[in-house]
Amino acid sequence: MCGIVGLFLKDRALEPQLGGLLAAMLEVMTDRGPDSAGFAVYGEGQPGRTKLTLRGSNLADLAKTVSDVLGAPVQGVLRDTHVVLSAPSEREAALRTWLAAHRPDITVIGSGQRIELYKEVGLPADVSERFGLAGMSGTHGVGHTRMATESAVTTDGAHPFSTGADQCLVHNGSLSNHRSLRRMLEPRGITFSTDNDSEVAAGYLSWKLREGAGLAQALEDSLSDLDGFFTFVVGTESGFAVLRDPISCKPAVMAETDQYVAFGSEYRALVGLPGIEAARVFEPEPARVYAWERH
Amino acid sequence: MPNIDLSQTPRRELNSQLHALAPDTNETLWRVENPAGQHALVVGVDAPITVEIAGNVGYYCAGMNQKATVVVEGNAGVGVAENMMSGVVHIKGDASQAAGATAHGGLLIIDGNASARCGISMKGVNIVVKGSIGPMSAFMAQSGALVVLGDAGDALGDSIYEAHLYVRGDVKSLGADCVEKALGEEERAELSGLLKAAGLTGEVQVEEFKYYGSGRSLYNFHVDNALSY
Repeated sequence: MCGIVGLFLKDRALEPQLGGLLAAMLEVMTDRGPDSAGFAVYGEGQPGRTKLTLRGSNLADLAKTVSDVLGAPVQGVLRDTHVVLSAPSEREAALRTWLAAHRPDITVIGSGQRIELYKEVGLPADVSERFGLAGMSGTHGVGHTRMATESAVTTDGAHPFSTGADQCLVHNGSLSNHRSLRRMLEPRGITFSTDNDSEVAAGYLSWKLREGAGLAQALEDSLSDLDGFFTFVVGTESGFAVLRDPISCKPAVMAETDQYVAFGSEYRALVGLPGIEAARVFEPEPARVYAWERH
Repeated sequence: MPNIDLSQTPRRELNSQLHALAPDTNETLWRVENPAGQHALVVGVDAPITVEIAGNVGYYCAGMNQKATVVVEGNAGVGVAENMMSGVVHIKGDASQAAGATAHGGLLIIDGNASARCGISMKGVNIVVKGSIGPMSAFMAQSGALVVLGDAGDALGDSIYEAHLYVRGDVKSLGADCVEKALGEEERAELSGLLKAAGLTGEVQVEEFKYYGSGRSLYNFHVDNALSY
């Protein structure tokens, strides 16, 4: 069992509250997943710069070190066990190469123009607090609380998973053909950093998006290629989407107003949202892709 | 009239108070405020009372209900009225999956839509859904009746026993051994009674429904099918 939440804002006036709303939703889902928690937030981005979210220790001086090494200004924002580095996009490859060679203890868990990802073992409220989720602003975000079934309780096994620039996925369920999908995707250049089945789903979507599919089409295709139980909530730089498996094995409820689209594993997670009393509350149908794009 | 505010009173306190009621209690109308999607509300009541819940509820609301009338002024989560024995459960919004699952008796009325597996393994309950129902509804339904004013999703009535299914709209597909049958006098009377009980007399006509039930071909072992098992 896991809990997942997602919030996609239509009303820009709500953007400063994104983190606060998401943190409240995440905490309600503690009953569904007390082992670990994680979230991704699409915040500010600058053209020409890429944000890398790194997890590890001894991160305080990292931005300065890599600035010197790359000979380019790299900014770092440290939050507990994670640091978000903002580097010129053309130096991303060099930065990754240097990190792999000199700081193999660090894991790159996400990258893109706007995405930031945070995940840790522990109760959702503690995880939110450690990373300061409530103070974050952004356009959309997803979160996950995990009760581990298919792999160990580690930070590596925590969601969201990100396998492409500004992409992330949270998953409630379990996939049964993830090993064969992994064998199909790896020769096609999709790399994985864990043994987790949900990371394979993220990788599958990254592959489809790379091949030119839109987010909705990528999810549509996944219905014929993924075997197992799933409710997915997916984010891209400008998009937000939801998909449930054809027998709707895992729960889902959504709410839409003029201000936002919200997703929760249970309605309880949506109770604190502004204007929820008047929202259109509905249960997403099985095997139907729901997708929204920012304009 | 007891008025329980769930933002102040814990859910177990509410359920305990309801369980403690004597069969001849004078506290016959209860109002529950701020349910906020909590699970297992008003479960296991066994008294002839009415409980009105002012908002959306979570999982298993009014489960195992006996004699009581439970009205939800909102949507209901998974398994509303599961294993109900008698009484009435009325959902004014939509219901999530497995509404009325395994219920033995009583009447479940859903004003909106019900999602997947509505009436799964129903054992005598009557269910009236004014909207549509999702896939795999009435799976292994044993007895009772399911009335749907809207459409039904895939695999309606898969492996059904002797429950009666009445659908006014389209059925996306029928499950194994579920077949359309002629609407006889007995079924007309049953359907008419259920429409009346749900307050729909005059709004919809019995003739607008199609009737589905068991083809009874799965009841016995057929040696010709041995390789399929």
